[in-house]
Amino acid sequence: MLTKRIIPCLDIKDGRTVKGTNFVNLRDAGDPVELGAIYAEQGADELVFLDITATVDNRKTLIDLVRNVAKHVNIPFTVGGGISSIADVSALLNAGADKVSINSSAVRRPELINELALQFGSQCIVVAIDTRFVENEHIVHTHGGRKPTEIRTIAWAKEVEERGAGEILLTSMDTDGTKAGFANQLTATISTNASIPIIASGGAGSMEHFYEVFTEGKADAGLAASIFHFKEIDIIELKTYLQQKGISIRL
Amino acid sequence: MKTVIIKYNAGNVQSVMYALDRIGASYLWTDEEAEIRTADKVIFPGVGEASTAMAYLREKGLDKVIPTLTQPVLGTCVGMQLMCRHSEENDTTCMGIFDLNVKRFDASAHKVPHVGWNNIYDLQSSLTTGLPENSYVYFVHSYFAELSPYTVAKCDYVQPFSAMLHKDNFYAAQFHTEISGKEGQRILENFLAQ
Repeated sequence: MLTKRIIPCLDIKDGRTVKGTNFVNLRDAGDPVELGAIYAEQGADELVFLDITATVDNRKTLIDLVRNVAKHVNIPFTVGGGISSIADVSALLNAGADKVSINSSAVRRPELINELALQFGSQCIVVAIDTRFVENEHIVHTHGGRKPTEIRTIAWAKEVEERGAGEILLTSMDTDGTKAGFANQLTATISTNASIPIIASGGAGSMEHFYEVFTEGKADAGLAASIFHFKEIDIIELKTYLQQKGISIRL
Repeated sequence: MKTVIIKYNAGNVQSVMYALDRIGASYLWTDEEAEIRTADKVIFPGVGEASTAMAYLREKGLDKVIPTLTQPVLGTCVGMQLMCRHSEENDTTCMGIFDLNVKRFDASAHKVPHVGWNNIYDLQSSLTTGLPENSYVYFVHSYFAELSPYTVAKCDYVQPFSAMLHKDNFYAAQFHTEISGKEGQRILENFLAQ
């Protein structure tokens, strides 16, 4: 049976992980390659590396990092941040990334999704959607969730699928950082309407929250960052818990 | 030992190369017939669309080379599908090493593509030696090979389908061995030991 995926997200700046971690066994807490390999060993189903600097200068550093991750990690991983062209995607895939995630550039020019899907196949194109509830509507935001657009989230999710996205990474800016649980209702609405997988992100604070996002939220995968980095939730414990609760999980 | 990865237009071969690096295997990435024919092992990877890939193989004459190889050959993902007779993906005539059809998953009740980790069972291949029944491996695909006498591992999504095929010197896996964790690595090691 296809399993629900647990995905740690690592924020990268200048080739280093940004948010602190308390992995005492890490030789270098800022080394994304070592951290990624540990997560893979612990049973993470995939990894996401998000380059939060994403400037031209940092591109080469990111490519080097991707190459290193690909050499050392034997599970799929996605790279996102500042990707806006076929050339960007080509460089990342050639370095060994399995998928790329695009966000603001897709909002700016939705045809980019079609072009990337045609060139590289939908399977490696993840469209990230940052959403916030504004005046009774779920609205797409860009620039790390700071800048509102006029696009409605539910319609946008359908559009990116039709344009060829292979997966949607849905981050609720309303729940992100709250540790009060994922945006289950919105996730369920989008997931039920979609024929591609939905990765839910934003708000994970407990193991129950993952259970809820897979049941109420109908998500295909759950993504989180700090709770894994700070070991508030251990991946093996989380996956064991979910399996005991009847969720299909790879253990 | 000489291992060749067949070079063609179905991409993301880099992950396959790194996976071979991790198990300490050297390899050559080429589309030259002489190099392919003299290899001890041949890997035929693939991510992409069937008709475009077949057109490229025909242009290079590789559609005639691959079926006549006599050393162990491993096709993965689209590589495996191209080794079948026909694919519903853009109505493509494939190489016919495995006499069976590749069909599209019925998307009416399930999400398509089938993306993620799923368990494989009824393991009968020498490539799965050392793997327990119901090991998890990573899939990304919208089309599947039917069950057949060549099926040596099964998986369930929408319906049971062939996760692995075997016939004579030809081996194939629908999933991505190169990113399927320790299990995928074991399958690659087993293949290189054939």
